[in-house]
Amino acid sequence: MGINWDWQDAAGVFPLLLEAFVTKTLVLTVVGSLIAAALGLVWAVALRELPTPVSKVLAWVLDVIRMTPLPLQAFFLYYVFVQLDVMTIAFIVLGVHYSTYMAESYRAGIESIRKGQWEAATALSLPKSRTWRAVIVPQALRATLPSLGNWAIAMFKDTPFLIVIGVAEMVTSAREYGGENFTYVEAFTIAGLIFLAASYPTAVLMRRLEKRLAY
Amino acid sequence: MPTDNPTGGPADGSTSGDAPRIVFQDVVKKFGDTVVLNGLNFTVAKGERVTLIGPSGSGKTTILRLLMTLEHLTGGYIYVDGDPLTFEERNGKRVERKPKDVARVRRRIGMVFQQFNLFPNMNVLENITEAPIHVLGRSKDEAEARARELLEQVGLGDKADAHPTQLSGGQQQRVAIARALAMDPEILLLDEVTSALDPELVGEVLGVLREVAKNTDITMLIVTHEMQFAQEVSNRVLMFDHGRIIEEAAPDVMFSNPTEPRTREFLQAVL
Repeated sequence: MGINWDWQDAAGVFPLLLEAFVTKTLVLTVVGSLIAAALGLVWAVALRELPTPVSKVLAWVLDVIRMTPLPLQAFFLYYVFVQLDVMTIAFIVLGVHYSTYMAESYRAGIESIRKGQWEAATALSLPKSRTWRAVIVPQALRATLPSLGNWAIAMFKDTPFLIVIGVAEMVTSAREYGGENFTYVEAFTIAGLIFLAASYPTAVLMRRLEKRLAY
Repeated sequence: MPTDNPTGGPADGSTSGDAPRIVFQDVVKKFGDTVVLNGLNFTVAKGERVTLIGPSGSGKTTILRLLMTLEHLTGGYIYVDGDPLTFEERNGKRVERKPKDVARVRRRIGMVFQQFNLFPNMNVLENITEAPIHVLGRSKDEAEARARELLEQVGLGDKADAHPTQLSGGQQQRVAIARALAMDPEILLLDEVTSALDPELVGEVLGVLREVAKNTDITMLIVTHEMQFAQEVSNRVLMFDHGRIIEEAAPDVMFSNPTEPRTREFLQAVL
């Protein structure tokens, strides 16, 4: 049995999917990544600076979030915060879930900084907060940025899971359109191509960035 | 003024009285089970240049690192201008000082490292002005003017905008010296500052340090294998072995006619 490909259906579904992509998938990924990148840094610094018992609790909480599925967390927040709209919940879920991965990337970046940098900061009497801001974070960020980019791409591909709380991003739109017009193949193919068109150049860009950022 | 100052030096340490610049009192340093310093006592006067020599593992670098608060003091006390650095004696008990108090005393000390440790995310000028602006509260203009002056002094007046990675090891180390001097330290610690350099770059760094020694009254503690340099700039040489001072003399005596056989042996090996 061959695949029936109808160019007219493909052309019909394209603008619809593109709109869902821009207004949902892209917005979710950008906002989610920004939240995750900021929170991840907070976790990574907190894990090093908080007193040991507190940082152990934090590490455990981050492990729990990292080791449970994203759709489950989406459901959980959806039923806990019934008053929030689904996009807000989606931002929080993506942001918090991926912040736990990004925290690990930051941790590796921070650990890659030579001990001498900390010692020079101490020798200059820089306060802890200034040492983080002016010396450690800028260098760690450089080392971490490519890895953060990869997590953002992973997040991008996870956005369809948010259908569980009713966020109709592109893949859901493709399914709905396919169901209504019986053109699943066209709809999913176009959706896949849009994903690829967005994530492949980003991945290439990240690899280039990685090379350029090395000291 | 707080009265946390048992040894009578001025609390701000700026215009110090009669207290010695540095006092090590019964200093003990252990790394795990390894005892590096076991009850070390010595005093450095204001403006004195003291070179520490001895085989590796004899505790010289540890002394500098304890003064810079890069290592935790296992036992005993260190005083700077009469002010306790990391621990103080209060009612007969050894008490750790608050970070704020440690910072206040530490500010009088600067250090130049073997590996330079410039901040690679900043250019040369930013490396030098970072601490004067954010620790001493100087204005950006003031800090930059002083930084450019110091760069002239170390022979790098044209490198203010350069990136550390664009500089040779010798140039990086001269920037590191300028960076330490920008904080107007009363004490400068030099930890094997030429050991990571290619031989042809050693001279330019030592030249800069000779000038600093000549033109300032900064107290210096020097760990080096450059015996010629040590002889020229220091007033006193301490020979260390297994964490103890086994001999102490003026440089011309120490390098030409040491008393201890262990010192003679060591000097023969390095000279």
